[in-house]
Amino acid sequence: MSDVANRVKKIVVEHLGVEESKVVDNASFIDDLGADSLDTVELVMAFEEEFGIEIPDDAAETIQTFGDAVGFISNANA
Amino acid sequence: MFDLTGKTALITGASGGIGGEIARVLHGAGATVGLSGTRTEPLEALAAELGERAHVLPCNLSDFAAVDALPKQAIEAMGSLDILVNNAGITRDNLFMRMSDDEWQSVIDVNLTATFKLCKGVLRGMMKARWGRIVNISSVVGATGNPGQGNYAAAKAGVIGMSKSLAYEVASRGITVNAVAPGFIATAMTDKLNDDQKSAIMGQIPAGRMGDPAEIAAAVLYLAAPEAGYVTGTTLHVNGGMAML
Repeated sequence: MSDVANRVKKIVVEHLGVEESKVVDNASFIDDLGADSLDTVELVMAFEEEFGIEIPDDAAETIQTFGDAVGFISNANA
Repeated sequence: MFDLTGKTALITGASGGIGGEIARVLHGAGATVGLSGTRTEPLEALAAELGERAHVLPCNLSDFAAVDALPKQAIEAMGSLDILVNNAGITRDNLFMRMSDDEWQSVIDVNLTATFKLCKGVLRGMMKARWGRIVNISSVVGATGNPGQGNYAAAKAGVIGMSKSLAYEVASRGITVNAVAPGFIATAMTDKLNDDQKSAIMGQIPAGRMGDPAEIAAAVLYLAAPEAGYVTGTTLHVNGGMAML
C-alpha cells in the first residue's frame, strides 16, 4: 500500500473509530464506515492538513470512498 | 462567575454601543478580544481602554471579500477563535411600499449574509477544537415585525432560523449557536428618537425603561461561557417584557 493510502487510512481509523481492516478501497465513508455528513467534511479538512492541499467543495463531494480519497490526494500531490 | 480566561472572541460592530459593551464584558471575563467594525477610531479607543488582550480588526461587512478574510485575520492576531459574536448591523428604514431594492439588499447583506459568512469562516477551527460559541445578535423585531423595518426584521428573523439550523449541524462537535434578541436598548441609535417616539416605545415596555447595553452583554457572556454548553439553538430575548416569547 502506498504512503498516501497509509496516511489516509490512519486518519480515517482515528476519526471514525473503525477497524483498519474495514478501510478498503471501495468502502464508503457514509454507508460502510458509519460517517455522517459532517464527518465527511471533517475528514476532508483532515486530509487537507495532512497533505498540505486544498480540496474544493465540488471535489470534496466526489470523495465518497476510501479509494476516492486516496486517488484524489495522489493526483493532487503528483 | 463566568470565566473566559484563555478564550479568544471576535466581536463585530464593536465600535457601537452594544458591541463595545459586549467586548468589555467578554474581556473583563478574561477573554482575548478581536474588535471589528467599520470605523477604526472608536475601535482603537476601545482597545486602548481595554489594554492587553485587545486587537483591532477593521472590516466593512458590506465588502464580502473583507468578510471572508476576517476570521483568518482574527486567528492570526489571536492564535485561535473560540467565540464569535455577530453583533454588527445596519438599518435602512422605509415604508414597505417605498423600500428600494438597494435598501432591502444592503440590510440583508450586512445583517444576514455577512453573519452567514462569518459563521462559516469560524467553523473549521471550532470543529477541530471541539469547542466553540457563536452568538448572533438578532432583534425583538425579528420576532414581532416593525413598521418601516421590513428589511431589518427579515434579516433579524433570518439570523434566528440560520442559527438554529447551524446549531443542529454542529451540536455534536461541542459548538453552540444561539441568538440574543435585544428590545429597545439605549444607544446612539435610540438617542436620535424624539420624546414622542420614546414615550410611545416606553408604553410598550412593561419594565418601563429602555435596556442598557450591559444587559445585552451579560446575555452574550452567559451564552459564550463554558457553563452554557448545553444551551444551543435558542434565542434569549432581552427586552424588558416587551415581547414575551
